[in-house]
Amino acid sequence: MSSLAGQWNYFLVIALMMIGFYAVIARGNMVKKMVGLTIFQTSVFMLYISMGKVSNGTAPILTGDPQTLYANPLPHVLILTAIVVGVATTAVGYALIIRVYESYGTIEDDELIKMIEAEDAEDSEDMNGETQSA
Amino acid sequence: MSGFLVNASLISLLTLIAILALRLHRLFAVVMLSGAFSLVAATLFVVLDAVDVAFTEAAVGAGISSILALATLSLVPAEEKPHSIAFVPAFLALATALMLAVAVTDLPAFGDVNAPIHNHVAPEFIKGSAEDIGIPNVVTSVLASYRGYDTLGETVVIFTAAIAVLLVLGGYTRPHRRKIKSRKKGEDKNAG
Amino acid sequence: MQDDPVIRVVSKVMIPTVMLFALYVQFHGDYGPGGGFQAGVIFASAFVLNAMIFGLNRGRHVWPANLNLLAICAGVLLYGLTGIASLFLGANYLDYDVLGATAKSGQHIGILLVEFGVGLTVASVMVALFFTFAGRLTHIRLMSKMQAHEEASPPASKTKTKAKKAGGRS
Repeated sequence: MSSLAGQWNYFLVIALMMIGFYAVIARGNMVKKMVGLTIFQTSVFMLYISMGKVSNGTAPILTGDPQTLYANPLPHVLILTAIVVGVATTAVGYALIIRVYESYGTIEDDELIKMIEAEDAEDSEDMNGETQSA
Repeated sequence: MSGFLVNASLISLLTLIAILALRLHRLFAVVMLSGAFSLVAATLFVVLDAVDVAFTEAAVGAGISSILALATLSLVPAEEKPHSIAFVPAFLALATALMLAVAVTDLPAFGDVNAPIHNHVAPEFIKGSAEDIGIPNVVTSVLASYRGYDTLGETVVIFTAAIAVLLVLGGYTRPHRRKIKSRKKGEDKNAG
Repeated sequence: MQDDPVIRVVSKVMIPTVMLFALYVQFHGDYGPGGGFQAGVIFASAFVLNAMIFGLNRGRHVWPANLNLLAICAGVLLYGLTGIASLFLGANYLDYDVLGATAKSGQHIGILLVEFGVGLTVASVMVALFFTFAGRLTHIRLMSKMQAHEEASPPASKTKTKAKKAGGRS
């Protein structure tokens, strides 16, 4: 039980992570999905940064005093690059959403599935007609 | 204990923002809330001694990311279709949370100095940053020197993402205007 | 927004300040929090602010798209070439020890070059993303104008595209 109390930060972050996860899988609106993904992503960052934290430590910028405890710089490096890469990939997601809207006129995925199914049915009818006429 | 109070209150604030963002249907508000989320997350990173990460999160998450989302909303409808609570995804999220919580109990305690992560290569980097490289900011020396390959890879990912966006939206391809037009007409009929 | 004098004056003061701050973050990254990634984003935000206040066209005039594309590639190339330079000087790829007179000064030069490459790429990528997203609206308007023009012309082109589509599908 003492170990459980020591990990409170991780539990809080997991709760946050699951809100993002729910938004990604439950919401049909694509922009909402992207926002959920951002929340999920940021929570994962928090989990990593929490692991690098050292009690009574300080930021990993050398002070010159050999007694100083520093936080672990490795997760910081990993997450720093991940944030910038994250925004670049999010931009690709938004770009695809814009194109989906331009082609289908909706960004709700249930409507989108209906449209694509209807289009497929139409296409197969067209192809049947063509083969018969040929 | 004060660390617990600060972290817990910040994460509760984040949870509040996340739930609000989940519940609202006006996407402009959702996007602004996600910007606020990033800003509070940056504060949390400062509390967790990750100043470089906090800096990046504040500049990227609250700045550029919100601007891109707003630019998207100027092109797509800014209103979400109302939804009821979906039970299967909620159950899935709860189950995943449970599994993660069980897995997390195996991790070393939060802030433990003797955790394996702090006794592997990190002390070498902190020592080497002063002796080999002569740069006080350990994050920069690890980023650019010790882990130069990683950063090169990340830069190439950013480059690739930009090329992808330019190809999708940059006007190098012609959108299928005919299709959209017929659909838009149908939509107008539904609305009217 | 272009007509509001308060916004115009304040942004004219803000834009150079933001750029200067970005340069500080870029080159002070060795000693304090900062580095190429953050500096790139901050530098790009100055261009974004400029385009938001004074319009997309003026923003494009300040920093043309072709130059921007070149800058995206130049940043990645600078990073890669720094590694190749150390390769030619007899060390491993991206091992900066050989770039300067001593190992420490070599590391300083290497990190400075690499961070500058990262900053250049990130800044120009963010500017490119903003201009692409914001320019999409004018692009669509242009395309629909062209569409209307095409529809006004004889309907021969319409049957042509239809035939093309059927051919492509089967």
